[in-house]
Amino acid sequence: MSNEVIIKNAVKRYGDFQAINSISLNIKEGEFFTLLGPSGCGKTTLLRMIAGFNSIEGGDFYFGDRRINDVPAYKRDIGMVFQNYAIFPHLSVEDNVAYGLKARKMPADEIKKKVADALELVQISHLAKRMPNELSGGQQQRVALARAFVIEPSVLLMDEPLSNLDAKLRVQMRTVIKKLQHRLGITTIYVTHDQQEALAISDRIAVMKEGCIMQIGTPNEIYAKPKNPFVAGFIGVSNFLDCEISGPQDNADVSIKGEMDMHMRLQKEYHGKAQISARPEQLFFATEGMPGTILFQTFLGDFIQYEVHLEDGQDLIINEYTKDSPAVHETGEKTHISFDLNKVSVYAAGSGEVLSV
Amino acid sequence: MSTQAPGRKFRADFWFYVKVFILVALGIFIIYPFYNIIIKSFFADGVSGITLANFAKFFQRKYYYSALLNSLQVCGYTVLFSTLIGIPISYLMTRYNVAGKHLMHILIIMSLMSPPFIGAYSWIIMLGRNGIITHMFTALGLSVPTIYGMGGIIFVFTLNLFPYIYLYTSAAMNSIDSSLEEAAENLGMSKLRRIWTVTLPVILPSILAGCIMVFMTCLADFGTPMLIGQGYTVLPVLIYNEYMSESATNPYMASALSVIIVLCSLLVLILQKQLVEKKNYMMSSMRPPVETKLHGWKRFWASFPIYVVVFLAFLPQIVVVCQSFVERNFGGSFIGINFSNYTAIASRLSSNIINTYLFSGVAIVFIVIIGILASYVIVRKKGKVSGIIDTLIMFPYVIPGSVLGIGLIIAFNRKPVILVGTAWIMIISYIIRKIPYTVRSGSAFLYQMDPYVEEASINLGVSPMKTFFTVTARMMLPGIMSGAVLSWITCINELSSSIMLYSGKTSTIAVAIYQEVTRMSDGTAAALSTILIGTTILSLILVFRLSKGKVKII
Repeated sequence: MSNEVIIKNAVKRYGDFQAINSISLNIKEGEFFTLLGPSGCGKTTLLRMIAGFNSIEGGDFYFGDRRINDVPAYKRDIGMVFQNYAIFPHLSVEDNVAYGLKARKMPADEIKKKVADALELVQISHLAKRMPNELSGGQQQRVALARAFVIEPSVLLMDEPLSNLDAKLRVQMRTVIKKLQHRLGITTIYVTHDQQEALAISDRIAVMKEGCIMQIGTPNEIYAKPKNPFVAGFIGVSNFLDCEISGPQDNADVSIKGEMDMHMRLQKEYHGKAQISARPEQLFFATEGMPGTILFQTFLGDFIQYEVHLEDGQDLIINEYTKDSPAVHETGEKTHISFDLNKVSVYAAGSGEVLSV
Repeated sequence: MSTQAPGRKFRADFWFYVKVFILVALGIFIIYPFYNIIIKSFFADGVSGITLANFAKFFQRKYYYSALLNSLQVCGYTVLFSTLIGIPISYLMTRYNVAGKHLMHILIIMSLMSPPFIGAYSWIIMLGRNGIITHMFTALGLSVPTIYGMGGIIFVFTLNLFPYIYLYTSAAMNSIDSSLEEAAENLGMSKLRRIWTVTLPVILPSILAGCIMVFMTCLADFGTPMLIGQGYTVLPVLIYNEYMSESATNPYMASALSVIIVLCSLLVLILQKQLVEKKNYMMSSMRPPVETKLHGWKRFWASFPIYVVVFLAFLPQIVVVCQSFVERNFGGSFIGINFSNYTAIASRLSSNIINTYLFSGVAIVFIVIIGILASYVIVRKKGKVSGIIDTLIMFPYVIPGSVLGIGLIIAFNRKPVILVGTAWIMIISYIIRKIPYTVRSGSAFLYQMDPYVEEASINLGVSPMKTFFTVTARMMLPGIMSGAVLSWITCINELSSSIMLYSGKTSTIAVAIYQEVTRMSDGTAAALSTILIGTTILSLILVFRLSKGKVKII
């Protein structure tokens, strides 16, 4: 039975240090939900509070209608995939997968069938009799996955499960996980620090920083409309440009370093210093705009990445798709950089509040 | 898990009861006896009330304070000579293709595990007044240096204890990343200066740790100085004499001496903590040092010193085993080679043999069970209580067996609990004295074990207590077992506390060996020693098998 997971005002303290700062989340039934953030942001702490391995200093945790704050870890009916897999080294692959079913006192023939099905699903049926030390990292990963979902838990937790794999296997396994989760429909909470992985795998993402949630949204929302400079900087690559805003809300005057002057509609009236965040692919070379010199170019196949040194000293990253670009710009070339103000994000300086629509 | 949320209801779980049980046991069998010793040390015969008379007497009379000086002298020289032998051997063993390296390693460990008093006794057979070698040399008109007195004690201790230095040093040498020495070479350092300026300083903390082990073992050992001291008295012998001598027993003075010797040990331990732990370099050896392949004579000269030392360290055991098949008359003249010594001990001392294995066996069962639980509490349930448990359980490591023996006698020779004279007091002293081996090995093993494996089990619906027994304890077993074998070996060879605690019915092999030697009954002593040596070697082979050759003695 899959469940929704509701967290209200969760608090975790280590002495004086507040690791989780009143976080509330509403994770839908069957959803693939990711906690994303730099190391030390509290994402694993929160996951372990859900699992029951960390004490809860405040707030309420619900699986569906059931409040689980005081339910011991072994009765929470959770499947968990650990960062280092935590395969029982003394048990064979099939015994590892059967472990949780045996704990549930399931009849032997049923266990056998479920284990076989689970191994089939993660495509390691041929390894059933092997011992863990005879498996590669990717294979251990599959055992850990099978062991976690075979018990048909109400919630599946994954703590950076791909971080120990090499780059190619990581991409391959994240597809395996994503497809499997879709097929089983188990509510899944996934922890990672890899923004690309989070964007690829999740239905929704919560971006965390210092024990707080900075933004919750679908991968597309988070990438296209970051709510604050932190999210803009953490997800993908962003160029930040200082600007001055004045004038009315529906046609505010945005002045960038006295070199560009543009107009845009804001969410609300604002006057003063602000910050523009532009993705490398949102910037382009133009005949007018911010003057600068090309410092460096990197050919990356489908696009070319340029590093441009502006005259005021700032460096920008610009991506130009190979198919759209008539010619490669050379190092040392003088050029101008421009962008469409309606596509980038604008934040109030200081508060970081989003101003762009 | 370890942090309890403020205001949350306290729930007594399984581990709570484990902690309470261990604490109560430690309180009764370690704190209470020691408390008694300390109290007794402040009383004296003919003086009413608390007094410092014992301590005053100690520092005034040469008879007493010279024992302390002798102890320190013996320990100091033993440390020095052990280092001079141990470091070069470990360098040769780790850096060169010494012939039969693996066997040499095992033999060095075995010579460490054999009880020093058997070594002492065997050297008496060889170099004593009636010794085999002494006779040979006298026949040739030559004289040999005496084995009795300070020199002999240091000689026996050094051959018995240099393995500590060897083990600690080679562990450190194996963990040096070879790029460290290559960097020194690259910067233009010659080979000898490289060893002096890089290798030695880096492994110095480990060498010091080994020195501490040698020092403590020397300071606490009773059998060797008792057998070959011959008037050269060290502290443990003095304690025994004060407490047990037939003429004038003085339990108050013995207690005061116990306090002094324990203070010495603690002082050394504190010094070690100050010196060593601050200078411990964390090294992650990416590329362990490579073994240099020598050939021909070079290889011979690299191996030869090791063979000499190992031969000397092993010689006492060979001699004892040979001696055990030699029948002699009361005058000591040779009669024949047969099993008469064994038939003699089988008829006269069979109860000692049974007692040794029975007491040690019962003690080991307790040691393993308590050891598993205590290691787990110390490593995984960190907090104030587990810190106290850790310190208390390791405390007997630094106290001489005779001191523990006195403590237990004082504590349990009166109502409500009279244990003195029973088998239980022997077993309890073995448990207390030998459990540190198991706990150390078990907790070291647990530190390297992945804690997430336990969480994975709990997470899959198995309660924490059941997880402990089905997963954790099962996985800890190799670490616990190799520690338990060491506990077992040291139990059967235990002399210093047994000699305080035994009664007619509860005497053991080690006690009998001591008595037979003082009674000049060499043949039976040799037969008994052979039993101990045989059991020790078999047990060590077992531990090598269990740990697949990666035995951790230190």
